[in-house]
Amino acid sequence: METDQLIRTLAADNTQRAQPVGFVLMLALLAAAPISVLMFFTELGVRPDVMTAMRNPFFDLKFAVTLALAASAIAVSLHLSRPEASLRGFGWWLLVPAGLLVAGISGEMMMPQRAPMMTRLVGNNSRVCLISIPLMSLPLLAAALFGLRHGAPARPAVAGAIAGLVAAGLAATLYASHCADDSPLFVATWYTIGTAVVAAIGALIGSKVLRY
Amino acid sequence: MREREDEWTGLMRSAISGDSAAYHRLLKAITPVLRAAARRGLARAGQPIDQSEDIVQDILLAVHSKRHTWDVNAPFAPWLFAIARNKLIDALRRRGKRVFVNIDDFAETLPGEAHEETASASEIATHLNTLPARQREVLRSIAVDSASIKDTAAKFSMSEGAVRVALHRGLANLTAKLREN
Repeated sequence: METDQLIRTLAADNTQRAQPVGFVLMLALLAAAPISVLMFFTELGVRPDVMTAMRNPFFDLKFAVTLALAASAIAVSLHLSRPEASLRGFGWWLLVPAGLLVAGISGEMMMPQRAPMMTRLVGNNSRVCLISIPLMSLPLLAAALFGLRHGAPARPAVAGAIAGLVAAGLAATLYASHCADDSPLFVATWYTIGTAVVAAIGALIGSKVLRY
Repeated sequence: MREREDEWTGLMRSAISGDSAAYHRLLKAITPVLRAAARRGLARAGQPIDQSEDIVQDILLAVHSKRHTWDVNAPFAPWLFAIARNKLIDALRRRGKRVFVNIDDFAETLPGEAHEETASASEIATHLNTLPARQREVLRSIAVDSASIKDTAAKFSMSEGAVRVALHRGLANLTAKLREN
């Protein structure tokens, strides 16, 4: 086919408008969220003492951290869905959840504690945490990758990893309402490992499916 | 150079707001630049430059299918060159060559290179044959026979809307097939 012919054909198709990447990403996440929520309620459920737990600032901090992770990862992934974008100048958004965690850990250090540091860090739920965050992430990860496929990321693996952070942030938000380990040390250790697993899966799949 | 790129940005803004003639002019204007860069990339990789037109068409399809990722408040050229660079690297990798493509390859096109006849390539034509019949016929009618949407609708006794949909799906399918390669 001649290039002039192709150009004419593309121009004839100009009337067809594609939706913005953010819109498709949001729709995909909304479609996948019920699956993760269903997984949460069938296997885990909200912890029974949630009403008392809500008065504990460290319980609330878990949601601040996980939601900050999800929100900043969504912002970064939308930025990265443009072909000319790089992480430079935008990656620092991802430091927001990390900063919240560090603040939480320092805050907890300054308070008198019943349990020693290692006990708080190891907690009682590390295994469940490590399994359920990645599992509940999977439907959300598929959705995030689907949404970003609508874009044109320059670095598919990086964009895939960020998609993993979006999914893990949302899944960890669900998980946080189940888990009785509220110490920021526990969150910084086990949530982070679970999140890293999802980011790695995202990078792996992303490097294949996010190429345009 | 600067002037040319500002003109592109203006044309793309008009195109996004529905001006197909501006879009046509923009694609015509960027093609010689893309062609020169593709030739340079192939030459540097020690590849025959007669494959450059496949790369040019691949870039044009990507520009078309991803144009919603362009921010109307940003200059057009960096966006275009990022897509072109990505596609050129892809094409060279597929041919088993590892090369670095400099973004300046696109920006530094000499004015003399901008006057080229149209050229032909085989890759898209091959994939065209594998499309569903309706999409193939509509695409052929508009691309090869230069028929308008209206004429194509009359020829196949379809509505204009159905022609537009078939055209759009056909192009999306072509883009997907090129990506799978």
